[in-house]
Amino acid sequence: MRVPLSWLREYVDMSLPPDELAHRLTMAGVEVGDVIEIGSWDGCVVGQVLSVRPHLQADRLSLCQVATGVDQLEVVCGAPNVAPGQKICFARVGAVLYNTHTGRHEELKAARIRGVVSEGMICSELELGLGEGHEGIVVLPEDAPLGVPLDDYMGDTILELELTPNRLDCLSILGTAHEVAALTGKAVAHPEVAYPEGGPAVGDGVSISIADPDLCRRYTATVIRGISIGPSPAWMQERLTRAGVRPINNVVDVTNYVMLEFNQPLHAFDYQRVKERTVIVRRARPGESLTTLDGVERRLTSNILVIADANDPIGLGGVIGGANSEIGPDTTDVLLESATFDGPNNRETAQSLRLRTEATLRFEKGLRPELAPIALRRATQLIQQLAGGIVDQGIVDVFPGQEDSIKPVLLSAGKLKRVLGMDLEIGEAQRVLESLGFDCQLTGESSLLATVPYWRNDISIEEDLVEEVVRIVGYDSVPTTMLSTPIPYHQARPMTRLVAQVKDLLASAGMQEVINYPVISLEDLQRVVRDDEVTLPLRLSNPMNAEQAYLRPTLRASLLSTLAVNQGHGEGPFRLFEVGRVFNPRNGELPEERETAAGVLAGRRAETSWLTADGLLDFYDAKGVVDSVLGRLGVSATYEPAEDPSFAPGRCARVLADGTTLGVLGELHPGVISAFDLNAPQVSLWELDIDALSGAVHDTTREFQSLSRYPVATRDLALLAPSDVPEARIEQIMSQSRIVTSVELFDVYTGENVPEGSKSLAFHVNFQSRDQTLTAELVNRALDGILRNLERQVGASLRS
Amino acid sequence: MPESITQSIETLVHNALAELGEAHDSQTLDQWRVAYLGRRGRLTTILRGLSQLDLEERRAAGALGNKAKRSLEEHLDRRESEIRQVQLDRSAELDRLDVTLPGRPLSMGRLHPTTQVIREITSAFTAMGFSIVEGPEVEWDKYNFEMLNIPQGHPARDMWNTVWVDYQNESGERPMLLRTHTSPMQARVMEATKPPVRVIVPGKCYRYEATDATHEWHFYQVEGLAVDEGITFADLKGTLYEFARRLFGEERRVRFRCDYFPFVEPGVDMSIDCFACDGEGTSGCRICRDSGWIEIMGAGMVHPRVLAGVGYDTEKYTGFAFGLGPERIAMLKYGIDDIRLFYSNDLRFLRQF
Ligand SMILES: [Zn+2]
Repeated sequence: MRVPLSWLREYVDMSLPPDELAHRLTMAGVEVGDVIEIGSWDGCVVGQVLSVRPHLQADRLSLCQVATGVDQLEVVCGAPNVAPGQKICFARVGAVLYNTHTGRHEELKAARIRGVVSEGMICSELELGLGEGHEGIVVLPEDAPLGVPLDDYMGDTILELELTPNRLDCLSILGTAHEVAALTGKAVAHPEVAYPEGGPAVGDGVSISIADPDLCRRYTATVIRGISIGPSPAWMQERLTRAGVRPINNVVDVTNYVMLEFNQPLHAFDYQRVKERTVIVRRARPGESLTTLDGVERRLTSNILVIADANDPIGLGGVIGGANSEIGPDTTDVLLESATFDGPNNRETAQSLRLRTEATLRFEKGLRPELAPIALRRATQLIQQLAGGIVDQGIVDVFPGQEDSIKPVLLSAGKLKRVLGMDLEIGEAQRVLESLGFDCQLTGESSLLATVPYWRNDISIEEDLVEEVVRIVGYDSVPTTMLSTPIPYHQARPMTRLVAQVKDLLASAGMQEVINYPVISLEDLQRVVRDDEVTLPLRLSNPMNAEQAYLRPTLRASLLSTLAVNQGHGEGPFRLFEVGRVFNPRNGELPEERETAAGVLAGRRAETSWLTADGLLDFYDAKGVVDSVLGRLGVSATYEPAEDPSFAPGRCARVLADGTTLGVLGELHPGVISAFDLNAPQVSLWELDIDALSGAVHDTTREFQSLSRYPVATRDLALLAPSDVPEARIEQIMSQSRIVTSVELFDVYTGENVPEGSKSLAFHVNFQSRDQTLTAELVNRALDGILRNLERQVGASLRS
Repeated sequence: MPESITQSIETLVHNALAELGEAHDSQTLDQWRVAYLGRRGRLTTILRGLSQLDLEERRAAGALGNKAKRSLEEHLDRRESEIRQVQLDRSAELDRLDVTLPGRPLSMGRLHPTTQVIREITSAFTAMGFSIVEGPEVEWDKYNFEMLNIPQGHPARDMWNTVWVDYQNESGERPMLLRTHTSPMQARVMEATKPPVRVIVPGKCYRYEATDATHEWHFYQVEGLAVDEGITFADLKGTLYEFARRLFGEERRVRFRCDYFPFVEPGVDMSIDCFACDGEGTSGCRICRDSGWIEIMGAGMVHPRVLAGVGYDTEKYTGFAFGLGPERIAMLKYGIDDIRLFYSNDLRFLRQF
């Protein structure tokens, strides 16, 4: 909403500097986004063209004698519309203006143009910063005072309001005036409305009915006959322009003017084109259509409210008029409508037709029905003043929704105290509310009943009044206290803690956290999961773009895309992880959101260094991360070979704990590497379901083991085992011995001296007892048992 | 005792010590020891010559000789350790490390700046008795809007451009969406809990909005809610003031102005005085754009309709709610000028935090 201060001052005596006013409004909830100055035309005055004669050396230029109030100067002018007698905007030499040739603001110099010295300039809109036009000069009204500085005559300041949806009232100049009045301690003067009614009784000339009162609470109208259509006067055009509305003709301009003044959208029909002088407010009928004022033919549905004459729709109620009843140059009689339409329905119509107008902007927020006749009379008065004509007697006022008007609202000092935590006299509240236009009646020592002014639609409960009071007295006057109520007991959500723990552990394992959008394309998804494994992921109706249309059921695709982007900037090492939700659709319910962690490792194992650490990150680096994190969480995971389309055959493991799958780990399939444009020869990836992990974390069962007082005995064991026996199985067999405390694999070897189909594994095996020093005999006996079990269970034997 | 013997011992000691002072390595020391103290050394030779003296004289000269011997031995020891020290120093000099060479690189992981800032924010509130809860990112219209006093067709819905999920229920409605704020958890928490309530809700939110340097369609919010008997706007001020000091420094001042969110009444937003220019608003401050103040969060007293909607007794309970954007806080704290950097995950950005 653009509020020209020159217009605002018509209703409220306001002398604050614009910036100070803007600040006060903003603090009170009417945010001023910008303060636009119109003017700063130093050296410009209202001038008058005394004579115009052709320039001898140039056809399109003329030489003008201009009176400035103090002297007469000769000026060269190129505008076709310059004429003797015109009042014009005259810039003396030295004025700073927009130069249409250089595109900059420059000081105006005396210039010799085709042999004649021009001692100033007659300005166009562009040079004054008033608009884009520079073909013609600005012609001022005849009564413009000669010689007066242009700033004084037509300078202005415009407040650009950025309103929250509740402050409908400030979409009008008068509504804003009430706000300003309350903030500056001034009173508001509403325009006086009175006009002669020389015509017949209005009811004789028009019949109006509301067929669907749920969508139209009130419909008021007047008829004005014998008007003449023409341009509206300059002052009205100027105000409309500054408020951002394009002038059209006197009748349409009045409806817009009153809308800006009072907030009530109005519509003028050509009375002669309303068939049978009948207006019916009703829902559209099946098959009906209407060509609206913007020239578009619109097919109507029964949700749309129309204004119809005896036969057809002639307008969309509260949205836009119909071309079939439009005011034209030949219109002589006007039916003027000022009605109250239902907000939600109006909004729905505007959305379904993609047609948001100045009218719907207001109606959708719910205008008060009290406003309709007030604005109607004001507009009738102005039309009669500006376009002539005779007004029918009285107004039509159909008001089926009279019963449910906003009731007065009670406010007590107790409520103020309870909500704000401050003591405020009810008299103080009354003073504030009255300054905003509320009508207050004290109903006791410490309460009042406030009647909400008709321009406000946002006040219906006591808390609303509390806000009215505090936003005007200012939030600084409220004390600052700390919560004094007891802290509620709360059992922390274990998942929140676990997610934080997992993130910390991954970071300490050298992984960098990334956060991706949770949306992916179906193509990317199909690159990392087996088709038969996924039910179709949830799709967005209005994704930001086609590549982000599905809610991800896995973190893999996003993480690989992020890796690809970063591989463009360096060679690694890349150790990236993400902890986020994946979304599994459920029938008729919100999707299951599972906390998931995933990581990707690629590139060199270490940063470039003079201390060499060779090699590329591989499967076992990834496994090291997963195993360390799980181990730190107290989860003893097992890994078993698995097949997964994301991973290279034979290079993928399922991660399990207590028989439950926690996730997957592996080196990517070359096809996946190329599908995601990854440039490492090998990329390792893991994904863990944190929800599943939480089931495997037994925090409460963690128990202290006392430290053994007896020494550790270590034996080295070199074994020969069939190649297909997993190493984990061998460790497991060794660990079954009661006195084995740990097993450390230190070498794996195949090749020379190892028979085909076998592998050599070397271990440190540590023995320790809780209750005695182990003798060599005890250790040897245990070792013999282990070797027997290995032989029997997996065919492994001591390497000779 | 003949003068000559005393004399020659003294001379010998004098010469020996002078020579010792010139010895700089163990080899020279060895030669010196042999020359003076060896079995055929000069002192021994002198002492051996004593045999020609009478007993009395021999005893006196012997004592003198032994004293000289002990003295020379002590000097030898001292000199030996001096030389060893010098040699040690010299070899250390040769093995000196270039301490400016880079250390062995260790892979250090980091948390995303958003995670770090969320932790900073939530810990400020948990210190004031707030508990962390989380909610679903995919929500129903009911929780995202309706229970927050934003019914269907309410013009305030324009404040949250919504990304909708392609889902239709049996009545033909399409009520599934990506939550536009963390506020739905206000309704969910109160629905599930009897008062008192004091929670903080971090989480992802989504808006159907074009992205630019200050707008992301995917972002985080941290929501707060405190409901109990006797909670007032003054408590809201105190809590948020304390938060501002914890995050931005003890000297911070805060300012509240009227703002509108349908689920609070009264509604405000809170600014802190600019930490870059100390609230001076002097020209050219990029952080506060010369206003001296920086808006950091929206807040207000929980709307009675929201309380009533979850079955709370509005005559008994009051509360406040607030919400803020961790990315904005991070941008302010670290001087980041483009929000899109957060989720494009460029390591050159992430590694700065
Ligand atoms: Zn600043």
